Amino acid sequence: MAETQDLQLKTAIQIRRLNFFYGKFQGLKDINLDIAERKVTAFIGPSGCGKSTLLRTLNRMYSLYPGQRAEGEINFYGQNILDPKQDLNLLRARIGMVFQKPTPFPMSIYDNIAFGVRLYENLSKGNMDERVEWALTKTALWNEAKDKLSQSGLALSGGQQQRLCIARSVAVKPSVILLDEPTSALDPISTAKIEELVHELKSDYTVAIVTHNMQQAARVSDFTAYMYLGEMVEFGQTDQLFIKPKKKETEDYITGRFG
Amino acid sequence: MNHNLYRKRLWTNRIGIGLSMIAMVMGLSVLLWILFVLFKNGFAAIDLNMFTQSTPAPGSEGGGLANAIVGSLMLVGFATLISTPIGILAGVYLAEFGTRSRIAELTRFMTDIMLSAPSIVLGLFVYAIIVAQVKHFSGWAGTVALALIAIPVVLRTTENMLRLVPGSLREAAYALGAPQWKVALMVTLRAAKSGVVTGVLLALARISGETAPLLFTALNNQFFSMDMSKPMSNLPVVIFQFAMSPYDNWIRLAWGGALLITLTVLVLNILARVFFREKISH
Repeated sequence: MAETQDLQLKTAIQIRRLNFFYGKFQGLKDINLDIAERKVTAFIGPSGCGKSTLLRTLNRMYSLYPGQRAEGEINFYGQNILDPKQDLNLLRARIGMVFQKPTPFPMSIYDNIAFGVRLYENLSKGNMDERVEWALTKTALWNEAKDKLSQSGLALSGGQQQRLCIARSVAVKPSVILLDEPTSALDPISTAKIEELVHELKSDYTVAIVTHNMQQAARVSDFTAYMYLGEMVEFGQTDQLFIKPKKKETEDYITGRFG
Repeated sequence: MNHNLYRKRLWTNRIGIGLSMIAMVMGLSVLLWILFVLFKNGFAAIDLNMFTQSTPAPGSEGGGLANAIVGSLMLVGFATLISTPIGILAGVYLAEFGTRSRIAELTRFMTDIMLSAPSIVLGLFVYAIIVAQVKHFSGWAGTVALALIAIPVVLRTTENMLRLVPGSLREAAYALGAPQWKVALMVTLRAAKSGVVTGVLLALARISGETAPLLFTALNNQFFSMDMSKPMSNLPVVIFQFAMSPYDNWIRLAWGGALLITLTVLVLNILARVFFREKISH
């Protein structure tokens, strides 16, 4: 769309005329959006506005559930991922996702990270060790976790678990990382660490983040999309959208008069 | 405040508690009575000979249960080896793959019937398809009968435990690009591990006391034998035969065997609880 094109940014994901259905209920209505490469794009809006739904179409997570379907186009570097022939496992290896609640696998910290890497790469023990260290360092967890790599991932605190989940996504070297309200179950200090991390991540990855928290969107994102009732109300550069929103609805929401 | 109404409620409460206490005492006292008689007679019967000698011939003195103990261990052991993989994999299928399919619905329905089917029916079935065909009783036939009882228990527990695993864990594994079978075996089954182990232990406890299906499959064997293709001695059938005999030493051994089985089931149940508690604390 105009905003990202003006800035001469490369588009990683281009969404065109996207409609989404939960059975008969339409969750997304005619969404058009460009997600810029190596930038953070935030989706904000009140509960039930479709921001998580939109995120879950980007890695076709909804395909796990019969009765959910998407129409339109989502072009990921030119390839329409809504194509029924799209290999979902390969897609999800390239577009990683981190969820609202930390979901460490019931295995050691090391294996939590190695699990995803082993799916698509055949690394030697030494290379795998390096990869695990790299991913944990990238998510600022290495110092806290290096002495307990063989312990269960469940032994970490909530904030550490969430960083482990991000490390796990980063370790498979995807090109896009989707974050679905990654801090809503965390305390303020852990939240601050994750936000810092999002900032770091965008030098290598395209990031899309769903958040309930408008200050968070303002802090971490380059672009923000405000959604309401399944529709894209306004999309633009984050500072412009927050300082000078073009639409009345957006202004009402971000100033707290509604939502 | 209406004083009469309050007093009425107070008395209804007292009567309710009183009635349930009486019911509890009645149930518990019968259980304690059973345990008391069993422990009194059972511990009196236990001595070293019970573990070293085989079942005595009619009219002869002494004797033990060595053949029956080993026979029971082998029958139950092989039955567990057969039923555990089948039950767990079928449970994984029901919970992870065929949640809505016709075959899964049918399997679930059949499993529920198998769970409540009288064990003597399963024994009779194995008699008809194995014993009547090869024309002799055998340890293998007994093992198959016990496995048929254990499979639905393991299957249902596995399925239920997998259903308790939060969907978010599955989604997280799919989100890394993991194929369905890896998600099922390496993530969800692992998350449900302690619950599944509990199911296996409960199935073990269930089959270690089964008598009816062994009566016409493994039958019994007066001598020490580890040949699974021959009739095999086992504790439940020995108890059944010895308890009704006129010989004092046979009756004594029956009490000893009954105590052994009870203690085994008790230990298995405690182990199952310990495993399950581990799961909850996670």
